[in-house]
Amino acid sequence: MAIWLTENSKIIVQGMTGSEGTKHTRRMLASGAKVVGGVNARKAGTVHEGLPVFGTVAEAMATTGADVSVVFVPPAFTKDAVKEAIDAEIPLCVVITEGVPVHDTTAFWAYATAKGNKTRIIGPNCPGIASPGASNAGIIPADITTSGRIGLVSKSGTLTYQLMYELRDIGFSSCVGIGGDPVIGTTHIDALQAFQDDPATEAIVMIGEIGGDAEERAAAYIEQHVTKPVVAYVAGFTAPEGKTMGHAGAIVSGSSGTAQAKKEALEKVGVRVGKTPSETARLMREVMQSR
Amino acid sequence: MDLFEHQAKELFAEYGIPVPRGVVAHTVEEARKAAEELTGRVVVKAQVKTGGRGKAGGVKVAADAVDAAAKATDILGMDIKGHTVHKVLVEEASAIAEEYYFSFLLDRANRTFLAICSAAGGMDIEEVAASTPEKVAKVPVSALDGVDRARAREIAQAGGLPAAAVEGAAELIEKLWAVFLDEDASLVEVNPLILTADGRVVALDGKVTLDENASFRQPEHEAYADKAAEDPLEARAKEKDLNYVKLDGSVGIIGNGAGLVMSTLDVVAYAGEEFGGQRPANFLDIGGGASAEVMANGLEIVLSDPSVKSVFVNVFGGITACDAVANGVVAAFQLLAERGESVTRPLVVRLDGNNALLGRQILADAKLAGVELVDTMDDAAKRAAELAAAGV
Repeated sequence: MAIWLTENSKIIVQGMTGSEGTKHTRRMLASGAKVVGGVNARKAGTVHEGLPVFGTVAEAMATTGADVSVVFVPPAFTKDAVKEAIDAEIPLCVVITEGVPVHDTTAFWAYATAKGNKTRIIGPNCPGIASPGASNAGIIPADITTSGRIGLVSKSGTLTYQLMYELRDIGFSSCVGIGGDPVIGTTHIDALQAFQDDPATEAIVMIGEIGGDAEERAAAYIEQHVTKPVVAYVAGFTAPEGKTMGHAGAIVSGSSGTAQAKKEALEKVGVRVGKTPSETARLMREVMQSR
Repeated sequence: MDLFEHQAKELFAEYGIPVPRGVVAHTVEEARKAAEELTGRVVVKAQVKTGGRGKAGGVKVAADAVDAAAKATDILGMDIKGHTVHKVLVEEASAIAEEYYFSFLLDRANRTFLAICSAAGGMDIEEVAASTPEKVAKVPVSALDGVDRARAREIAQAGGLPAAAVEGAAELIEKLWAVFLDEDASLVEVNPLILTADGRVVALDGKVTLDENASFRQPEHEAYADKAAEDPLEARAKEKDLNYVKLDGSVGIIGNGAGLVMSTLDVVAYAGEEFGGQRPANFLDIGGGASAEVMANGLEIVLSDPSVKSVFVNVFGGITACDAVANGVVAAFQLLAERGESVTRPLVVRLDGNNALLGRQILADAKLAGVELVDTMDDAAKRAAELAAAGV
């Protein structure tokens, strides 16, 4: 089992005919994920990568039974693409696109909320979600790990891959990249809750980074609601104040959003925080071996 | 991107928001002339992108043009929290009856916008909110609804503004919302927002942060970039589309993915503690692809920093496998040689992930001068710090 994405998930790709969409549709198919079609209003009725292209998300869902959409459309069109997915009430919408204006993300989040949050949004600016051995929605490399009992939630793509790889012998139930933008759909807390409720997940790795207070709020949530062991890593101790470090949301403003504050908040509630990604993997290994 | 106060006020003025008349001056003589044109009492304000200018002595009232020149002499060249003052804003002095606080900002935690309004203005709003939270109104603003005049009036009233100021403030708040929305801002702050002796509401200060992700639809924002203050290496990196931030250490860093690179800086700083406090010299994320050209451009930028004594290339092969990355490094060395550059400082390379063994073999066979392969990130960071400490 896994969270949000299973072997039965049927995936459509919004922006499948673009270069990134094409490349990653191929990769998802190669990993065994059930990609069933794409969406591009201007190419409706054509076939791309052996898959049907539909005019709208709603049409694609009606014809294929799709329940997951992965969005690769450029930043200027992302808001409309996500709103279309929300209107179609697709259960999961994974927004890979990097560089979406924060006003657009805030607008589609407000739209999703007004429509009753029937669509779970992951991202934007994220690598997506992988349930190793079952399915893969996004750009996470499928072949660096195995199916297992650890759940992972992370703001960073490559740090996700690093941990997936270091712990490949133990394996993962699901790995969720929630993205590095200041406003995102699915949060650390949403993933912690889902992993807590998922019988196949025994322990959780949480990766955070500078900016905002999502990790502090996750710590408060863990104290109240999470009984499974959590091991964490926080990146950006050496980041200077006021500089954006790659991710739009990764910025220390004044004294808020520092890695130190996040680490302390997590340790205060009993979460072990690794000094390096490899130490984090070792801590998780200890947790799993003692079970 | 943060704007200077004068840029924020110029933007406000375009939206019909009342601001004091003012002129930007880069020299004492320009400041004197500006004060002469404005006539009467003026305020000379340091233009730096940081708070606490008043406390630091960067804002001074001048009685006349001669006095303004004297004040500008004091302020120009001053250092305020590490920011050198290169220009001042000379403004007509306002007859202030009362000072308020107002801002629109992004509320990351609640994924919405927030209006903050308080009758207790002119001070650090975070301190006011901490000591007397009842004096600060925080009103969520939905991206779907926005702010019209009626909503603006509610916000002004919630902030406790007196009846005499509410209508003027509401008009100004409605226009500030237009700035926030139409300019793709993540912060628009006015502190203080003032009520003048003759009953007008005026933006006496202005702070604006613009979202760089929106630059594709805000082409005019490029003109706000402060080219003079930009680090020359950061400027060069930007031209080559590289995500580079200059830091003050000795170990050059190249990696793929923002999180992994941030983590690499930390790991190098930890490892460097053992070697006389070696620290990372930069942040450079070359992205998932790590092609030869991008690698060559990255190496060129990192190596043109004279404080770099060693370089740590830290790549996790995910989407792009390690053999492709290794070929990229080899080709980058050739490209640099063709450009007449040579890699004069030691390079520690750590490749992990897909096809790691193949990638390491390619690099080992290439026998590039000064390149060492280390298998794990922690050990590689240690070696890079050690080499930086040994370098001169």
